[in-house]
Amino acid sequence: MAAAGTETLPSTSQRRPGRRRQPLVTRLAKHGGPYLLILPSLVVIGVIMAWPLYKLFVLAFQKFGLPQILNMSHPKAGKAPEWVGFHNFSEAFHDPQFWDTLQRTVIFTAVNVGATLVIGTAIAVLMMRVAKPIRLIMTAVLIFVWAMPQLVALTIWNWLFDQEFGVVNYVLTKLHFGHFLHHSWYAEPWQGFMVVTFVVVWGAIPFIAITMHAALTQVPEELVEAARVDGASPLQVFRNVMLPILRPILVILTSLSIIWDFQVFTQVYILRDNRPEPWYYLVSIFSFVTSFKAHDYGYGSALSIITLLIMAFVSIFYIRQLIKISEDQ
Amino acid sequence: MSAITVRGQRRAGNSVRSKKAGGVKSKHGGLVANVIGILIIVLMVFPVYWAVATSFKRGIDMNKITPEWFPVPGTLQHYVSAWKKEFFLSSLKNSAIVVSVVVVVSIAVAFFAAVAVARSRFRGRRAYIAIIIGIQMIPQTALIIPLFVMLSNWHQQNQLLGLSVTYMAVILPFCVWTLRGFIANIPPDLEAAAMIDGCTRTGAFMRVTFPLVAPGLIATSIFAFIQAWNEFVFAYIIMQNNNKWTASVWLASFITQQQIDWGGLMAGATMLAIPIVILFMMVQRFVATGLTAGAVKG
Repeated sequence: MAAAGTETLPSTSQRRPGRRRQPLVTRLAKHGGPYLLILPSLVVIGVIMAWPLYKLFVLAFQKFGLPQILNMSHPKAGKAPEWVGFHNFSEAFHDPQFWDTLQRTVIFTAVNVGATLVIGTAIAVLMMRVAKPIRLIMTAVLIFVWAMPQLVALTIWNWLFDQEFGVVNYVLTKLHFGHFLHHSWYAEPWQGFMVVTFVVVWGAIPFIAITMHAALTQVPEELVEAARVDGASPLQVFRNVMLPILRPILVILTSLSIIWDFQVFTQVYILRDNRPEPWYYLVSIFSFVTSFKAHDYGYGSALSIITLLIMAFVSIFYIRQLIKISEDQ
Repeated sequence: MSAITVRGQRRAGNSVRSKKAGGVKSKHGGLVANVIGILIIVLMVFPVYWAVATSFKRGIDMNKITPEWFPVPGTLQHYVSAWKKEFFLSSLKNSAIVVSVVVVVSIAVAFFAAVAVARSRFRGRRAYIAIIIGIQMIPQTALIIPLFVMLSNWHQQNQLLGLSVTYMAVILPFCVWTLRGFIANIPPDLEAAAMIDGCTRTGAFMRVTFPLVAPGLIATSIFAFIQAWNEFVFAYIIMQNNNKWTASVWLASFITQQQIDWGGLMAGATMLAIPIVILFMMVQRFVATGLTAGAVKG
């Protein structure tokens, strides 16, 4: 269009003879060299991530425990790190606890991602349909939740679900859902994970709901109106008109949610008072405990790398989709 | 093509205020929707309310079998003691420095990268995108110790610079990706058109492209701001000197092995949340359109 514009406006082009001017941003991208533009970001990421990442890979192929740590500061004491090839990885594959933990993590991620997206989207749709003051309050509340430091939020949740003084137990009992006074939510793992899920989803909803609401406001009114005139039910309008338009943003939100939920660590760790029992292990916690409690840094690193590879594998589809989105535009 | 996209942009800007966008039937919405909306507000806000209410409660009203729902009679004592607690002002200053540096530098760096990814098809572009997305998948807990060792070797432990650069590395990928969407949504033709109409190159950029990217820059900055302001784990590991604490590490000092100072913790948290909430409220309009502009085409 611009090219056509230039040609159809001879008077303006004549006023500026010589080489055709290109927009600044485009010029920067083409002539300044895109490599120059991405360089600073690569430097920052490289400086901080490269060595730790390299170290992580090295450790995964070593036997590295307390003697090796001692050896680092006192070369005569302890033992030097020993290369063990894929031993740490094969240890993981023969470790029933690893498979249990992995299965738990996959289920946990699926439940949390599903719940976050469904509830977040539902809230976003709801925000389109409530009176303006209520919408404003909803937005404000979402922002409050988002702005709350994770540490504080988790401490509060721990308190609300407390066995003795927990408000949740009090309210559930008062509402006649059963006898919940002195109920311990962590005695049964599935109940414990219900609490964790509740807390994770609560914390993740603001980002999803605010983003989805913003996306919904960009769905052209005419399309929705046309579908409605043609007799589509609200559900059909959502499925057949809105969903296709929202798909790119949904893909991004889903992939981000998977990445975040597969790595959930702090929530379980703090809700379990910094001492999670083995049946509350997710892969991140398993790897952390293996490294820093059992001091088997080699095995812990191997577990981290397996986590990383699984996530990369799961997200290949999303990464491809993201690259495709970026190429369509 | 360009016209459609421009209209989409404009719509995005207006629709946050307009009541008609996106299929809202009536001005006040349905009764059921409003009731559910209020219910969700109550459920979502309760922990936040509980934190703020606790910050005003007297010590004897806090841990009760029958909860005290309202902080009456209240006290401001926790705010006074939180304000007077050691290292409050220094940690606030440290946080302010780190957050400003992180936000300004990340956004600038991310903007350059986003321009490259959005506007040119260079060799290695896909690899770069894969790095940007892949970097977010690395379990952070696994990197903490080697990172700590590395920063110590470089004498960057307990240094604001070391922490700031760490935050940038964590935040950059998201910023690049979000900004890419904004820039991709602005047709290059617009700038060309402005230049045909007599703008200089810089003028065209400042008058046409920049205002259109501005919501994106604001939305991304807010995200970076919240991340850096609330981040705890890296700060806790890297900033171990008391006078180098950031605000979130300072908050954690209310929680000790022996006990939790509920009133102080909640008063401190409330004070620290205020800047974020005010900032967010001020730019909420941009954030709403901002976060999605890249993904949903107008």
